Amino acid sequence: MRAPGVAGILRAVALGLLVAFLIWPQRFAPLFAPLTQYGAPPIYDQGNLLALALAQLGTVCCAAVASTVVAVSLGILVTRPSGAEFLPLSRTLVNVGQTFPPVAVLAVAVPLVGFGLKPTLIALFAYGLLPIFENTLVGLKTCPPAVLEAASGMGMSARQRLMAVELPLAMPLILEGIRVSLVISVGTATIGSTVAAKGLGEVIIAGLLSNNNAFILQGALVTGLMAVLLYEALGGLERRFCGTVRIE
Amino acid sequence: MISIENLSKRYGATTVVDGVSMHIPRNSLTVIVGTSGSGKSTLLRMVNRLVEPTSGRVLLDGSDTRAEPAHLLRRRIGYAIQGHGLFPHRTVAENIATVPRLMGWDAARIAARVTELLEAFALDPNTFAGQFPHQLSGGQQQRVGVARALAAEPQLLLMDEPFGALDPIIRAKAQDDLLDIRRRFGTTIVLVTHDMDEAFRLGDHVAVMSCGRLLQYGPPAQLLTRPADPLVSRMTGLADRAIRLLSLSTAGEAALPGSVEGPEVPASATLRDVLSELMWRGVDAARVTEADGTARGHLTVAAILARGRP
Repeated sequence: MRAPGVAGILRAVALGLLVAFLIWPQRFAPLFAPLTQYGAPPIYDQGNLLALALAQLGTVCCAAVASTVVAVSLGILVTRPSGAEFLPLSRTLVNVGQTFPPVAVLAVAVPLVGFGLKPTLIALFAYGLLPIFENTLVGLKTCPPAVLEAASGMGMSARQRLMAVELPLAMPLILEGIRVSLVISVGTATIGSTVAAKGLGEVIIAGLLSNNNAFILQGALVTGLMAVLLYEALGGLERRFCGTVRIE
Repeated sequence: MISIENLSKRYGATTVVDGVSMHIPRNSLTVIVGTSGSGKSTLLRMVNRLVEPTSGRVLLDGSDTRAEPAHLLRRRIGYAIQGHGLFPHRTVAENIATVPRLMGWDAARIAARVTELLEAFALDPNTFAGQFPHQLSGGQQQRVGVARALAAEPQLLLMDEPFGALDPIIRAKAQDDLLDIRRRFGTTIVLVTHDMDEAFRLGDHVAVMSCGRLLQYGPPAQLLTRPADPLVSRMTGLADRAIRLLSLSTAGEAALPGSVEGPEVPASATLRDVLSELMWRGVDAARVTEADGTARGHLTVAAILARGRP
């Protein structure tokens, strides 16, 4: 139906470069060599880049699943007549999650749960709630009233109406929220390395400590590319599964 | 079929529906008409309990509508609304299948019913079954909305301003379709509108509401000849009441025995249309014939005019 277009080709090239770099990083050594001084290694050599990238993605996905479950459930709860009074409270909680800097969350979480993956997950979880929650709210609140009235008028129970009508109609916006949340998380997850969670932050921190710009650039580029490609991939999924709702 | 007994709805200090009682017979087409804010939609929505009454009760075939959970009650009652309310993420066939699916019909029966309804509404199943609502015209969407309301073969169909969003030509077509559907499926219909012309055209009983009260409920002719309230005659229109009255009887009903020289008019035409035809042709009488061509009698201008008086 659609030709791949310039954007499609760019995406494919970016994906190809990312995968190639993660699998054969040493082949790219000549590119990064000009950024190093005094014969320092041009490619990160204290760990496997592919493993670090996958670890970071895994962390982000775990946190995103938890954020999604909590934010969507909360969004559903506060749009039901019985839960409407919890809306201001939920908004406040979710907003605090967003305004509290992840670094500060790490600082608070480490004494409570120790170093490693756990504090990072907590920080990413809290940071990712807001976009999903707000989009779920908007999605559920903007269902056309005539459609909801018809659903009830035909004899759907409140639960059937939610599952068969409201959630499918809100789905494009909910997915959009998840997408934004994921992209923010991929970037933010690098700070997890300050509390010993595995991830590409390690590469950046190593670069900062040894004054090796090549390391810093590698960590940042891989993280950035992962974020952009993830955003595009989710956008594609969204168009594919929610195409008909969008046109409306 | 439906007995409404002293039904009221109050929101705080505001009374929206005030002690309405009426009996709606089986197989009738009852139109509830009133200005906006008259409580007509609220009255309709209390029948299928989308709005719970503050006091009074509704009996459906003799049993109180509160005897079963509201959503189960609604599956037995068709409901069509202005702006159709079709599910945008479901195809036409899936939309129509909504209530049969809720009621657990098997797939073959659902498919057969969807095809039957699409054909009844002059929508080719091969073309339309797989389309999404946004691909249809306004008139087609409205027909799918009514088809969906009729899908589970309800005895009763409630319609809230179903033709409000249509342009006049499509609207007239939709009204004709509704009368056809009613003949075909024998459904009892209660329709809410603010349009008095629509009420007179469709209803064999008309209920006039104002400020939450039922002013008058009876056959359309009775509203014209014996208005129960000055407001009723204001709403039905004083200036053209004779013409309205003529539009309520058909040539077949008013035909006089015997035959005369003159143009032929169908027995199903309204007296208003016959009078217009006679004026246009400049003649005094017409022959009335049935659809199959047999003679039914004749009509004269004087006989028609006599029918326009109370």
